[in-house]
Amino acid sequence: MADSPSLRRAFWQSLRRELLLSYRHKGELANPLIFFLMVVVFTPLGISEEPAMLARIAPGILWVIALLATLLSLDGLFRSDFDDGSLEQMVLSPQPLACLVLTKVFAHWLLSGVPLTLLAPLLGVMLQLPSGGYGVLVISLWVGTGSLSLIGAIGAALTVGLRKGGLLLSLIIMPFYVPVLIFGSGAVKNAIEGFPVNAELAILCAMLLGWSVVAPFAIAGALKISVRA
Amino acid sequence: MPSLEFRQFTCLRDGYPLFNPLNFSLQGGEVVQIAGPNGAGKTTFLRSVCGLFDEWTGEMLWQGQPLRAPDFSMCSELVYLGHQPGVKKSLTAQENLRWFFGVQGLPFPGSITSALAEVGLAGYEDTPCHQMSAGQLRRVALARLYITSAAIWILDEPFTAIDRFGVKNLETLIQRHASNGGLVILTTHQTLALSEVRVIELQAHSAEVAVDG
Repeated sequence: MADSPSLRRAFWQSLRRELLLSYRHKGELANPLIFFLMVVVFTPLGISEEPAMLARIAPGILWVIALLATLLSLDGLFRSDFDDGSLEQMVLSPQPLACLVLTKVFAHWLLSGVPLTLLAPLLGVMLQLPSGGYGVLVISLWVGTGSLSLIGAIGAALTVGLRKGGLLLSLIIMPFYVPVLIFGSGAVKNAIEGFPVNAELAILCAMLLGWSVVAPFAIAGALKISVRA
Repeated sequence: MPSLEFRQFTCLRDGYPLFNPLNFSLQGGEVVQIAGPNGAGKTTFLRSVCGLFDEWTGEMLWQGQPLRAPDFSMCSELVYLGHQPGVKKSLTAQENLRWFFGVQGLPFPGSITSALAEVGLAGYEDTPCHQMSAGQLRRVALARLYITSAAIWILDEPFTAIDRFGVKNLETLIQRHASNGGLVILTTHQTLALSEVRVIELQAHSAEVAVDG
């Protein structure tokens, strides 16, 4: 063949497929967003409609729900590929598996993290989030959901071979989600109170960079174990 | 010319050998049928050759070099068709094939339409695979064989759910690949109507033969 195999082509073809697949399953796409919206609608009803109270808990609530909404969509990340044999074909590809799974995680973030980030300011209004917090809320979620997708994908890869991996998945990734949550909601709180937020945002960025280096290899390794079991 | 050699090769299940150790070597141009009763380890053997199963002992040599995990040169020479065809039901036949080659970094093959016609799916290029029957789904996966330039084909029960004409076409294709110097390793419970098939029988492991884990 005149044209030699290229990693870039593998990357684009995988990404194209992921986006096509989500386009064909639009319901699953909307699932985390509807969950996000529902919790935000119910919070004032269940806790208190008092604006001062809502304003105080808004950063934490928004971040916790974004985290749970990401978690909700993670279990199926590799499940269907595992069941229908596509994962075997990915493992057998001469292209590095770490790069192929990175496209899957990237697509997951694009279709869950990014919409959540864009929806968050609107929901912030519903929770009386003070005006100083919106910019930082968007930035922190933008960066933080990237880490959430990467960490979650490691858990999803480890549990894909198990029949009922959902519970185990949550247990595995929970400890790794804690720092992202602390710094993410901490940044928003600081912004509202007028304190500097550079440190928190820098740490969130550092976590994203760190995970994007480590996670693809961890995911690839975990998937190989799951396929070979 | 691809060559594979097995020395004292056996797969392990829970630490015990699945079948008696095998000693044989394969060259391009051969069609090899792995035979044995259900549960003899045929699929496990094929998966070990692809590197999808790790627990085996003995030696496997690819082009004369010992192989523990499949290396780059072997991966790019390999087509594996397993029990699960790896076809996404919500994608069309064409999109599935496009991904098969895309994920290996290969360019978009221009021959997808003709390959689909070869497997009897002319006119189904843009049909979502969930509208297809089990046999047609299988045929989408088989269409890969008409496009690929890989030398080693590892086919696990390729004739499942395929009708009589489909089986005949596939046999012709396998024969042609072998005469072009390719190597085909397959399992099937059907009698193959091919001129030269080498049959390798997997025999259930007898307890007396000790194998070091």
